[in-house]
Order: sequence, then C-alpha cells, then structure tokens
Amino acid sequence: MSTSTLDAYISSINTIASAEGVLAQVEAEFSAVVRAIDANESLRSKLTDELLPIAVRQSIVEQLLDGKGHRITAQSLALVIGAGHARDLRTISEKISAGVAAGQGRQVAEVRSAVALSEDQQSRLSAALAKATGSEVNLKVIVDPSVVGGIVATVGDKVIDGSVRHSLDQLKSRL
Amino acid sequence: MNSLISVLIANEGEALTYETHSWLLPETAEIIYGGLASVLVIGALIKVAGPMIKKSLAARTERIQNELESARATKSAAEAEAARIRTALGDINGERSRLLAEADAQAASVIADGRARVATEMAETEAKAMADIAAASGRVQDELRAEIKRLSAIAIERVVAQSMDDKARQDLIEGFISKVGAAR
Repeated sequence: MSTSTLDAYISSINTIASAEGVLAQVEAEFSAVVRAIDANESLRSKLTDELLPIAVRQSIVEQLLDGKGHRITAQSLALVIGAGHARDLRTISEKISAGVAAGQGRQVAEVRSAVALSEDQQSRLSAALAKATGSEVNLKVIVDPSVVGGIVATVGDKVIDGSVRHSLDQLKSRL
Repeated sequence: MNSLISVLIANEGEALTYETHSWLLPETAEIIYGGLASVLVIGALIKVAGPMIKKSLAARTERIQNELESARATKSAAEAEAARIRTALGDINGERSRLLAEADAQAASVIADGRARVATEMAETEAKAMADIAAASGRVQDELRAEIKRLSAIAIERVVAQSMDDKARQDLIEGFISKVGAAR
C-alpha cells in the first residue's frame, strides 16, 4: 500500500474514533489485535491469504475480538482487511499509536518482555523511560518469550535493550 | 734303322743280303736329300707358321700382361677397399666411441635432470602436503571452534533458560527499570 493510501486509512480511523471519543480505546484494541496476529503465524497467513474470501477473513477478526472490542475497532479492522491490506495492520497500528501519543504530547514506548508487567512495573517503567528520553511515553507492552528475560524498550528511534536475549547474542558474538 | 732291320732279316733268312757302309749313318745321298728336305720343311714352317706362332705368343703375352694388369688393378682396388674398410672401421670405432660417450653424457644429463626434477617435485609435493595439512588442520580447528561455539551457545541458552525462573525475570525487569530510571 502506498504511504498516501496508508495515511488516508489512519486519518479516517483517527477521525472517526476521535469523533466518537474512543481514540485511546480503539488504539489500544487495535494494538492488541495486531500483537495477537503477529504472535500467530497461522492467523497472519489466513488474514493475508488473497484466496480466502474477505468475509471469512473479517469473521476471523470478529472472532478474535469476541464481541469485546469497540465497534469502531471492529469496523476499522474489517475495513482494512476487507480492502486487502491485512499486511499493513502493524504499520497502521503503530501510526495510530504514534498519532495518539503525539496528540497527548507523548511518544510511544514499545516494551517487550518475556512476562507480563504489573501495573506498578508499567507505571515505574513509564516514569523511567520518560526520564531517560525526556518525553512522556505511552507504554505498549508486548509479551515476547524470545526476550527470555529483562526488557527491550523502543522509543522512537531509540532502543534500550536490557534483555537476556541481547546478552546471549553478545556472548555468542564474543565466542 | 732300316739297315739294322735288313741285317736282322738277312741273318734270319739268309736269302736277303743287304749291307750299308755304316751301321749307324744312312747313305750320303739320303743324308743330303733328307737334310735338304728337312731344311725346306723347317724353312716352310718358319716361313708359314713362324708369324702365327709369334702372333700367338704375342697375343698370349698381351693377354697375360692384361691379366697381370687386371690382377694388379684388382689388387690395388682390393687394397684400396681394404684401406677404406680399415678407415671405415676406424671411423666406426671412433663413431661408436663418440656415440657411446655421447650416450653416456646424455644418460648422465637425463639422470641428473631426472634427479633434479624428482627432487623439485618431491619438494613441491612436500610443500603442498604441508600446506594441505596446515589448511586441513586450520579448517578442522575452525570447524571445531565453530562447533564448540555453537554447542556453547546452545548450552548457555539452555542453562540460562532453565535458570530463568519468575524471580529472576522479575529481578531483571526491576533492574532494567532502575537502570533506565537512573540513566539521566
């Protein structure tokens, strides 16, 4: 998809969600769905399978939301997938998150951890990242077992890697 | 002779009696006639047969002379041939000696070249073998090192993954938060 087309989708979703006053919720739900799709190769393959009828692909997302998401989220996802842009879901999600954060004068901090972070940990991590980057951050926590232990935080172009995976990779390269 | 025979016959038969003036010599007339006849015959022989005999002798002499010349020439030719053969034999001996010497020299050269080539090839083969051994050794060492690295990495990852309990994970997260918070 071209950048202008992508921006048009993002702008539409942002406008509609903002108009409904649920932009933060839509952004969070959109991110959660994209993470779920990223984590499941089979799911990603089905959603990007051009031979699979659009209705079937849309129903997969509906099942994923299980009626718990906001209707704007469901309709936005259905719109993108129905237009055959399932491959761009991640980019769209990241740009929506960045837009929301920018609207709040913040940056999106993507945090990868092997285990889920508690509310307290997220709060302290947000504060720590804000201190480190000089900008308030919207934390987006992704549970990623490949991290093994520790955290990898990405804020804009800055990557703070304190993961065991990183240490193991360094050790391998030193070997 | 006839007189003698007549005497003998007369003595035997007594009827025939004949007596010559000498028991040895014929009658004078016989001597004269006989002598003249002999002179005539001899003269005729000398006149007629002399040139023929002389010619025949001359021819024979010439033929013998020719034969002698021919024999002399043959002898000279034979001597020349013998000399040539002796010379050729000498040449052959010399050539044989030269060829043998040349063959010896060539053989010595070939042997020397062969030895030098063998020595060079041996040196090259040895050098190549040493290089191959070194390369193989290096390769094996590299492969061994890579395998050790791979196994070490797997072992470390497994050990780390096994030792990574919830407390360790929480400690790492807390450590990260503290470290990031203290960064500025």
